[in-house]
Amino acid sequence: MSALTATPRRRRRILTPYFLLIPAVGILVLAMGYPLVWQLITSTQQFGLAQQFGQPAPFVWFANYVQLATDPYMWTVIGRSIAFCFVTAAVTMVLGVLIALLMGVVNRVVRIIIQISLLLAWAMPVVAAMTVWNWLFNWRIGVVNWLLSSVGLPFQDHNWLQEPLSFFAIAMIIVVWMSVPFVAFSIYAGLTQVSGEVLEAAQMDGASASQRFWNIIVPIIRPVLGIVLLLQVIWDLRVFTQIKLLQDAGSIASETNLLGTYIYQLGTGSSNFGLASAVSVFVLILTVAISAFYVRSLLKEDES
Amino acid sequence: MSGAIRLGNRRRTPIKPSRVMFNVIGIVIALVWIFPVYWMVNSSLLPNVVLQEQTPTFVPFGGSWDNFTAVFAGGTFFPALGMSVVIALVVVVCCLFFAFLAALAISRFRFRGRKGFVLAILFIQMLPAEGLFIAQYKLMASVNLLNTVLGVSILYIAAVVPFTIWMLRGFVAGIPAELEEAAMVDGLSRTKAFLRITFPLLAPGLVASGVYAFLQAWNEFTVALVVLQDNADQTLPLWLRGFIQASASRATDWGQVMAASTLVALPVIIFFLFVQGRMTSGLVSGAVKG
Repeated sequence: MSALTATPRRRRRILTPYFLLIPAVGILVLAMGYPLVWQLITSTQQFGLAQQFGQPAPFVWFANYVQLATDPYMWTVIGRSIAFCFVTAAVTMVLGVLIALLMGVVNRVVRIIIQISLLLAWAMPVVAAMTVWNWLFNWRIGVVNWLLSSVGLPFQDHNWLQEPLSFFAIAMIIVVWMSVPFVAFSIYAGLTQVSGEVLEAAQMDGASASQRFWNIIVPIIRPVLGIVLLLQVIWDLRVFTQIKLLQDAGSIASETNLLGTYIYQLGTGSSNFGLASAVSVFVLILTVAISAFYVRSLLKEDES
Repeated sequence: MSGAIRLGNRRRTPIKPSRVMFNVIGIVIALVWIFPVYWMVNSSLLPNVVLQEQTPTFVPFGGSWDNFTAVFAGGTFFPALGMSVVIALVVVVCCLFFAFLAALAISRFRFRGRKGFVLAILFIQMLPAEGLFIAQYKLMASVNLLNTVLGVSILYIAAVVPFTIWMLRGFVAGIPAELEEAAMVDGLSRTKAFLRITFPLLAPGLVASGVYAFLQAWNEFTVALVVLQDNADQTLPLWLRGFIQASASRATDWGQVMAASTLVALPVIIFFLFVQGRMTSGLVSGAVKG
């Protein structure tokens, strides 16, 4: 379709897709593109309180990044975020796979009961879920402390959010509770491709349950496993809402910050927009790097 | 553990002890997962005096709607609800319109830059709010849109539109273009053919994508927290957060907090059950289909 032979009608046909994209591209450039560019520039500037009140921001090039790279606290936050992300994603995956397998062996009624309860947990809006979990773990009259102390464990009036380690354990429980339903449903859908006859044949040949799992089931559901794991890692890196709302309920922010809450504190708390931008750029690069695999798998679907 | 993994096997087998055990474990897991949701509803029906007792009450006998009435009478719920509803509606309408046009472009046309655009929306869709919200805050501050419905809506639309395009693209691609062409041969214009033939077939896709956009806008917390800093203009998630914050410093009326949470969760749960299947397959479809 060369431009020379294009009739006006045909030319309009060539331009149509571009017109159709205008609104979507427009809003993305405005609300994502512009902030992205601003952030890249600001991360190379000294942008603090003075600049908030209108002073020009001097370029300091990579000084913000150098400051972050040499700041032990930044490394603590990065380490914490990555550790939290991997532990949470691993626990979610293991539980999700086990529940998916379980759904395959229980009877129909039990399976439906499991599915309903998982769906309800999945549907809970994150902030509502956080208020409920805060209530469950309330140190004075929460039901969890009551349960633990009524079986004889010393948890009466135990404040879970005070110690960083138990703070993160609670955060992990909450995130796992929220994420397992998606994992379980996706894996369960994948499991329906595993043929019962093959498994039965393997069983007759003497393959144990774990052999059947690792040698037959896992290879078949590997694509689902991969994508679900990837999504978990990406989602567990962005747990701002959960961490922020647990901090709100009364714990020391500096000891419990992950990347998201650290950026929030740097930006809106201390108005250090230069540093906040630098951390944000780091988070974005990290996400894009991890997402690349996921995007590639989605693109394959687009081509098919 | 014999017979542990036997999927899709509908043959009648004698009941084994292991099977009973699996069913029991299944019930326990279901109870654990539903417990927080149940506890929210349970507490929302109980008066504060009962909730403050050392021993929890597990069934809301003698419960009442008092906590809900108190939330309604508190005066802050309805403004927050209004704000959330308006934002959600604006986001749904704009998102569907923008995403629909874009989905049409990428599934009905082959054009230069198509691949780049698809790649871009897939990556943008993955960007975490935490990675951009400081810059978005500065943008909204510079154009005086902090604490406004318009400001939040713009940011939400941009955050939701990429995945909506991706969802709708699947629906549009699923409707054969030949249907439209046949109608055009019969003398309809391209636009008319589209409106009469393709559009009605698209309705389920539009509903699913619309519900998705609604859920995102309704539940969003992170961006709202930075852009809506004025206590007078809060969405429901921010309004709920106020209760958590208050619980850190003084005695909380948990019955009211749980009633408030139930009110926020209810529409979401209803809509969610509606689109759940679509969302799972949308996120992992390539992998599930194999």
